[in-house]
Amino acid sequence: MKLLKMTVAALAAAMLALPVAVSAAGELTIGLASEPSSIDPHFHNLGPNNAVARVMFDRLIMPDDKQQLRPGLAVSWNPIDDTTWEFKLRKGVKFHDGSPFTADDVVFTFQRAPNVAGSPSSFGTYLKGKEITRIDDHTVHIKTERPYPLMPNDMSTFSIVSRKHGEGATTPDYNSGKATIGTGAYKFVEYLPGDRIVLERNETYWGDKPEWTKVTMKAIKSGPSRVAALLAGDVDLIEQTPTADIEHLKGDPNLTLSQGISNRVIYLHLDHDRAASPFVKGKDGSDIKNPLQDQRVRLAISQAINRDAIVSRVMEDVAIKAGQLLPEGFFGVSDKLQPVAYDPNQAKRNLSEAGYGDGFKLTIHGPNDRYINDAKIAEAVAQMLTRVGIQTDVVTMPRSVYFKRASRGGPDGTPEFSFILVGWGSGTGEASSPLKSLIHTYDKSKGFGASNRGRYSNAKVDTLIEDALATVDDAKRQALLAEATEIAIDDVAIIPLHYQVNTWAARKGVKYRARTDEATVATDVISE
Amino acid sequence: MSVFITRRVLQSLVVIFVMSLLVFFGVNIVGDPIDMLINPEADQADIEAAIRALGLDRPIHEQYWYFLVNALKGDLGKSFIFAEPALKLILQRMPATLELAFTAMFMAIFLGIPLGVYAGLRPNSKVSKTIMAGSILGFSLPTFWVGLMFIMIFAVMLGWLPSTGRGETVSLFGIQVSFLTWDGLRHLVLPALNLALFKISLVIRLARAGTREVALQDYIKFARAKGLSSSRVVLVHIMKNIMIPVVTVLGLELGGVIAFAVVTETVFAWPGMGKLLIDSIQLLDRPIIVAYLMITVLMFVVINLVVDIIYSLLDPRVRLKDVKS
Repeated sequence: MKLLKMTVAALAAAMLALPVAVSAAGELTIGLASEPSSIDPHFHNLGPNNAVARVMFDRLIMPDDKQQLRPGLAVSWNPIDDTTWEFKLRKGVKFHDGSPFTADDVVFTFQRAPNVAGSPSSFGTYLKGKEITRIDDHTVHIKTERPYPLMPNDMSTFSIVSRKHGEGATTPDYNSGKATIGTGAYKFVEYLPGDRIVLERNETYWGDKPEWTKVTMKAIKSGPSRVAALLAGDVDLIEQTPTADIEHLKGDPNLTLSQGISNRVIYLHLDHDRAASPFVKGKDGSDIKNPLQDQRVRLAISQAINRDAIVSRVMEDVAIKAGQLLPEGFFGVSDKLQPVAYDPNQAKRNLSEAGYGDGFKLTIHGPNDRYINDAKIAEAVAQMLTRVGIQTDVVTMPRSVYFKRASRGGPDGTPEFSFILVGWGSGTGEASSPLKSLIHTYDKSKGFGASNRGRYSNAKVDTLIEDALATVDDAKRQALLAEATEIAIDDVAIIPLHYQVNTWAARKGVKYRARTDEATVATDVISE
Repeated sequence: MSVFITRRVLQSLVVIFVMSLLVFFGVNIVGDPIDMLINPEADQADIEAAIRALGLDRPIHEQYWYFLVNALKGDLGKSFIFAEPALKLILQRMPATLELAFTAMFMAIFLGIPLGVYAGLRPNSKVSKTIMAGSILGFSLPTFWVGLMFIMIFAVMLGWLPSTGRGETVSLFGIQVSFLTWDGLRHLVLPALNLALFKISLVIRLARAGTREVALQDYIKFARAKGLSSSRVVLVHIMKNIMIPVVTVLGLELGGVIAFAVVTETVFAWPGMGKLLIDSIQLLDRPIIVAYLMITVLMFVVINLVVDIIYSLLDPRVRLKDVKS
């Protein structure tokens, strides 16, 4: 029994250890929900990677917390003719090793970013069709074949790396820190995959002096564990606070919550394409002509959905009901569109006018691990539709299975489902992103409609989108984008439900400038 | 003995080959990793380029053949997400998991056996009844809930121990270990106990049942009659004879603990292999899933072999039988 006593004693001693040390002053520890797959800023165009990269590597143009474009390594950018943009670069900027930043580094980045070996999702998306020329040490010209208004947006997406260190450098060289030399606010210290990333302040940063001397980012995937780590004082800030915990955290005097609307709209896509859609059946289970092709039916579905109820009950008020593709304030949104009002009676009238007074059977498909409360939203929508006579079943699945089937699970790589729940975050922070990918006719040769899983097609909208994408004048483009959005929404191309609101929780004294792009960026963490 | 080992190795090779087929095709039926990897803003041409780059445009049997040929050379494929060899990524995280698993096993042995033997020797005492009730809880409470409760109690409410993550590490024979530093040990206690709880309960039950049976045997009575001290009777004569089932079960459980500490690692954000596996499953990083399962198969095969050898050391009858075969 001696052994037992000794073991118990040893354990007790371990338990009585000193209280957890709180981060030293000026140091910040962040609990991330998903960790980057690499430190190489050009390896994987993915949210978590970009959020970490952007504090070590500046971009030519830096989108701020509202995704407004702010000068980064470029101080100005202007079209000098229809197809050429001139970028004036910031002078006197030094890399972390003290070497100066020049146009050569930008030219080198253009070569490296689209050509990283083994990249699962490359930055080529933003760089193809663009030719860069060095004019002098601090000027570059970027040429495109056709007028290209989204040049500043594209230039705000990728990190500028040092030519000196990046030449011949592979992704492991960045992961080890050997090549991780940027101009950014924080310097690389250590990367332990699955565990932590450690950065330190760049004392000679050209911009606002970074707030924290040391930043540690830890991946804590499980939501409850993340909250517990914050409550225990092991981390100072967490992202993706689980909605169920928000109410209770709000009441904690030791914590500060930062909330902000995101650029992500949660919407329903409907099958516009097939004459008989596989998951739409008559009341008796027989095959029927696809009612979703009738605008009145689509509108009825939209009217049958009580968005206020979804926002307050399912999302616990951490969402904002949506009437279009992006929340107000973003470039290219329409100021005329309002969320469709809940009106079950009008929905029923519309249905009977369209000849579906008795309703029909429908299946809604959705992911269950992608968006905040995604499966619950699908269930709520199904109940609301069933109430107006469209008997709706719900099928949800993990995103690893769902997105393939939703995009190309049917015969010949066509979308498999009839009625789906999806979300879209506008990476460029303006309306052409969702219009181009979700609303424009699916057109492989032009690269449009890649995520148009309902195969909506409207020649007028297509023309407006394409015109907008060739209009460099901001005011004119804004009007074109807004008009395209209005027509598409009036036609019920998709049914917007709500915009996600993201919640960061921090210990008292730390505040986060909630970003619309949902990223957790160390330079947006401020002390109070 | 050598005949026995050779036969087991041959059997194992067949098992490993069959598993490679099952795992590879099983994993490749599910979903499509492209949608997990590619940025949503990518257009159709980008998506097709990514599919080609990962070799996913090839027919499945061709992919398997490619995998098999490389596997024989010791290359289990490259991770889709990290673009690094799957084997390297798994081995990188193995020390953290092994540390956790061995600490948990250590707890299971050094808490479970004494408690179990005690409960077996005095089955009617109040302490024994408490131990047995505790073991029922240890069995039946779900690991993730217990883990969260541990965090809530010891980290959030009492503030004694850190909530998540792995502590400071030091290099031991070139491997990063954390149990040699104070900070590392503090980080290790909760996840290890969480992982060990089920095993402790299991060992308690096995040890108790064994003790109750062995304590009534004639040789124990004889030992007592001979006047041996009760500590010698318990520590030598009883302990040795209850060990066979305990070793068998612990051997198998060790494999399970190493390979599937997934829940504990997720709750405690422990940077081990289990966390890598669950992340890879969610993101459909097929090469890692396949490599992981292949390593697991290999590990179980080896552990079973070792358990058989330990048997023969504990029980001479096992050894004799093998010589005959």
